[in-house]
Amino acid sequence: MQPRMNRELVHGLVVAGALVPLAWLAFGAAQGGLGANPVETITHVTGAWALKSLLACLAITPLRRLSPRLAALAPFRRTFGLLAFLYATLHALTFFALDLGFALARLAEEIAERPYVTLGFAALCLLAPLALTSTRGWQRRLGPRWVKLHRLVYVAAALAAAHFVWLVKKDLREPLIYAALLALLLGARVVWRLRRRASS
Amino acid sequence: MRLIRPSLMPERDVTPEAICLQRRSFLRAGAAFSAAALFGCGDDNAARAATPAPAELATLPNVVPAPERFRTSEALTRREDATAYNNFYEFGTDKDDPAQNAHSLRVRPWALAVEGAVAQPGVLDVDALLRAFPLEERIYRLRCVEAWSMVIPWVGIPLADVLKRFAPTAEAKYVAFETLVDKTQMPGQRRSTLDWPYREGLRLDEAMHPLAILAVGMYGRALPNQNGAPLRLVVPWKYGFKSIKSIVKMKLVPRMPRTTWSDENANEYGFYANVNPAVDHPRWSQKSERRIGEWSKRPTLPFNGYGEQVASLYQGMNLRRYY
Repeated sequence: MQPRMNRELVHGLVVAGALVPLAWLAFGAAQGGLGANPVETITHVTGAWALKSLLACLAITPLRRLSPRLAALAPFRRTFGLLAFLYATLHALTFFALDLGFALARLAEEIAERPYVTLGFAALCLLAPLALTSTRGWQRRLGPRWVKLHRLVYVAAALAAAHFVWLVKKDLREPLIYAALLALLLGARVVWRLRRRASS
Repeated sequence: MRLIRPSLMPERDVTPEAICLQRRSFLRAGAAFSAAALFGCGDDNAARAATPAPAELATLPNVVPAPERFRTSEALTRREDATAYNNFYEFGTDKDDPAQNAHSLRVRPWALAVEGAVAQPGVLDVDALLRAFPLEERIYRLRCVEAWSMVIPWVGIPLADVLKRFAPTAEAKYVAFETLVDKTQMPGQRRSTLDWPYREGLRLDEAMHPLAILAVGMYGRALPNQNGAPLRLVVPWKYGFKSIKSIVKMKLVPRMPRTTWSDENANEYGFYANVNPAVDHPRWSQKSERRIGEWSKRPTLPFNGYGEQVASLYQGMNLRRYY
């Protein structure tokens, strides 16, 4: 009983922590505390936390392999995945509402003509079915296909990282940090797979 | 935090009041910065705290309002925003970096060299410049290539008046501008983000256009460092990056000079860089812009709304090709 309660407490704290940026944005927007260009701040913060959540989601499996004591982290994959989807949705909505004024024709034009928008939109489209099928019910219904479907998270994360690299004007440090961390997390999986193949 | 020891300061320099006060704001900036580091957010507030209050900046002598055609009646951008949200890579690439870091720039004494194809080349002290020319207040729109805009009351001198003083020769077809290079004063120059010095250029007829000014102030006071003190260009019909800051050199030359952003990426940034909603940046749209202080976007105007005054400069030119 005790470990389970601890786990739930930790889980609740993590979710609350991950929602702090959102609360900060809401409070800041109401108070005029988001700087000279609040829309840019909202876009940047929601985008950055979508990426951070995705990286956290993809870090769980490598962490679990490090030590059996970390095996209990498994449920956090869903948690961080859903947080990533939440932030990515808010990020896209900010763009659609405040940059494009809810104009669907402009959205279509941006998706078609701007590669960085295309990449970001594709990443969001890939995350949507994963969020929808993240429940136990869907996991049971889809069986082994569920695992295959949810491998799309790797593609979504790569698209999201490329989306950030593509839009920066000059200073690439920040987007490249995300890209490097992602490369590390995906690279670890490739190495394990190759090793498993070699040993079998 | 490193403080300047008195013994290191040249004795002949009595620190002007404005600079003395800026030092105080430097200390405040340090305090604000550590708060930002603690909470991991709110850097922009730190940038605002680091900005000298208007009363701490030098007053300017005898500023007269410019004629109506040089003063848009649109609402001014809040001074706190115009001085905390800046692109000035010499002090860092984030928008709030210049306000936090530009205190290290020493704006006096400051010399402006004018050379090249001029009959009377020379070096002009910025205080001499302030005495030699009447200062005008001009209210201009500023449109950044990143699709945001501001309305700023500049104080400055028509660039043409300054250039004429040095008597450009028949050889002079372009003006090449350079920003200061000094890693100790401009910490952003420790990294090769751009190929320093920052360079800009205008065709001579653009430089001589009555809209083009050398600004020495904004909002009725001397320029804050992060806005390009003590002396910057303002060409309101072009994207903001053309309006080079903290200028130390103007050279009149026969050929089109190299310019920083065009050097970095010629596909994305041209020499002319006239505001043009019909020609998109290869990666993003230039059709609309966000006026700082507003939530939604507004349409961008050709030549940033100054077409009536400047379009004739580009008659017969294909502006898709010469972007």
